[in-house]
Amino acid sequence: MAITLDRAVGQRQQSWLGSILSSQTFWVLIAVIAACIFLSFATDTFATSRNLYNITRNFTFVAIIALGMTLVIITGGIDLSVGSVLCLCSMVLAVTMNAGYSLEVGIAVSIGTAMLIGAFNGVLIAYLGFPPFVVTLGMLSIARSLAMVVSNNTVVFQFGPDHDLLLSIGGGAWFFGIANPVIYMIVLAVLTGFVLRWTRFGRYVFAIGGNEQAARLTGVPVNRIKVTVYMVSAIAAGVAGIIQTGWLGAVTTNIGAGMELQVIAAAVIGGANLAGGVGTASGALIGAALIEVIRNSLGLLGISAFWQGTFIGGATILAVLFDRIRNLRQND
Amino acid sequence: MAVLELADISKHFGAIQAVSDVSLTLQPGEVVGLMGDNGAGKSTLVKMIAGNFRPSHGTMRMNGVELVLHRPVEARQHGIEIVYQDLALCDNLTAAANVFLGRELRRGIGPMSILDYKAMYRRAGEIFKELKSETRPRDLVKQMSGGQRQAVAIARTMLSEAKIVLMDEPTAAISVRQVAEVLNLIRHLRDSGIAVVLISHRMPDVFAVADRVIVMRRGRKVADKPIAASSPEEVTGLITGALERA
Repeated sequence: MAITLDRAVGQRQQSWLGSILSSQTFWVLIAVIAACIFLSFATDTFATSRNLYNITRNFTFVAIIALGMTLVIITGGIDLSVGSVLCLCSMVLAVTMNAGYSLEVGIAVSIGTAMLIGAFNGVLIAYLGFPPFVVTLGMLSIARSLAMVVSNNTVVFQFGPDHDLLLSIGGGAWFFGIANPVIYMIVLAVLTGFVLRWTRFGRYVFAIGGNEQAARLTGVPVNRIKVTVYMVSAIAAGVAGIIQTGWLGAVTTNIGAGMELQVIAAAVIGGANLAGGVGTASGALIGAALIEVIRNSLGLLGISAFWQGTFIGGATILAVLFDRIRNLRQND
Repeated sequence: MAVLELADISKHFGAIQAVSDVSLTLQPGEVVGLMGDNGAGKSTLVKMIAGNFRPSHGTMRMNGVELVLHRPVEARQHGIEIVYQDLALCDNLTAAANVFLGRELRRGIGPMSILDYKAMYRRAGEIFKELKSETRPRDLVKQMSGGQRQAVAIARTMLSEAKIVLMDEPTAAISVRQVAEVLNLIRHLRDSGIAVVLISHRMPDVFAVADRVIVMRRGRKVADKPIAASSPEEVTGLITGALERA
């Protein structure tokens, strides 16, 4: 009898391979790899270490925010404020350091700002029942405006005593020539993946997206989890802002404008479902990578930059199309 | 001794009297069918036992000790489990994840503890086997039949030492064969000494498994008698008001 129980417990719906083949993330990864191989042959500039360095660094900012966004999307929410939050956090960091404070103080104030904004979004959404779309749309406007207030709408490029340290954190390559932002992205992605798969918090994030009412009835602290998720999203935007500040060496009040749409596209291309309940950390990275490879390749292939939006939008729709086809087939 | 005893329980919402002076007892290992038309007060009554509402008047006693519930979680801590009408399952999670939702098993120490998948799959498998259900712990609830979903919802109640299981319309909207499965699950709970309250509109199901039937009409209890001493005709009359009380 023990054997039959073991068999029942061990029984999976799909083999390991089958579940990989049916995942959207896997096919998007294949698309990224195929595009890279094609570009290596089609152009002599793609597979240069300089270009690969640029690509990997460029997509990290979108990818890091997409990790936080993925958590929000899994709960069935959305965070439209991330681009503006990135801008505000960069500006807070820049202004603080410009005033002569150290890097540590700058980062603390910047992340503190992100936490406050995330908590504000989360409390309104979780406890007062505001639609996430409305709250974060409002915050999109508020955060960018505050960035202008804080900086008096000037460009900040002097970061006080720790100026060089900040620039090397964001712009350096401390390990094996890999750009620092890429390292941060990988660490954060592994952390997010671990939290989603192995912690009770991660399980609750999925449960809320699957059936919020059920989660509530079974004693899941739904409101607390939601607030945390929006805080994580804002912190991810803040971290990306800090790194981007170090990389660019200057902050203007229009950085991160429109970034929220790229971030959402990256999460969705990577397999996150806007209806909630589905999403992965690796998907966020791969989705962001696909967008960057498309952007980069259009330039290398000599196609006008005006076409960028068409290709990225097309990729978003195409990625979800595969998911729809699979669902339709399952329902038959 | 009665596992649950309600004495003169009333509940009003503003001017609306939902439940008036209901007294009843539940014995261990007993299945009680709770019947009544829509708006008769059965749901309100059950929600008071489940900790969703607090009674306006009256007292509840569990094993002789007064029971005051502020939240559903407290009811669960006392061994009162609820199977909701819509089953309250997360489609995107596995059967085992749903069974353990809100009480996940973990290993490790304090904040460093991680989900113990192996133990949860194993325990869920044992419960499904005990329930004689074909549900497999790793299957996604999304792809399950109505009967299997019921098994997942009922398996949840067997995680802890439940004393009372409240079931809200467990046989609505599932196939005939699945109804038979669910009725077997109810008998299984009864045989393990659990008191089951079965809220149902389906007369045949109540008469198939219940030991006793309680009928409510307009917030009042109008009948409370052994199933053997009643008949579907009598219960129908009590529900509609054709019979005043029995």
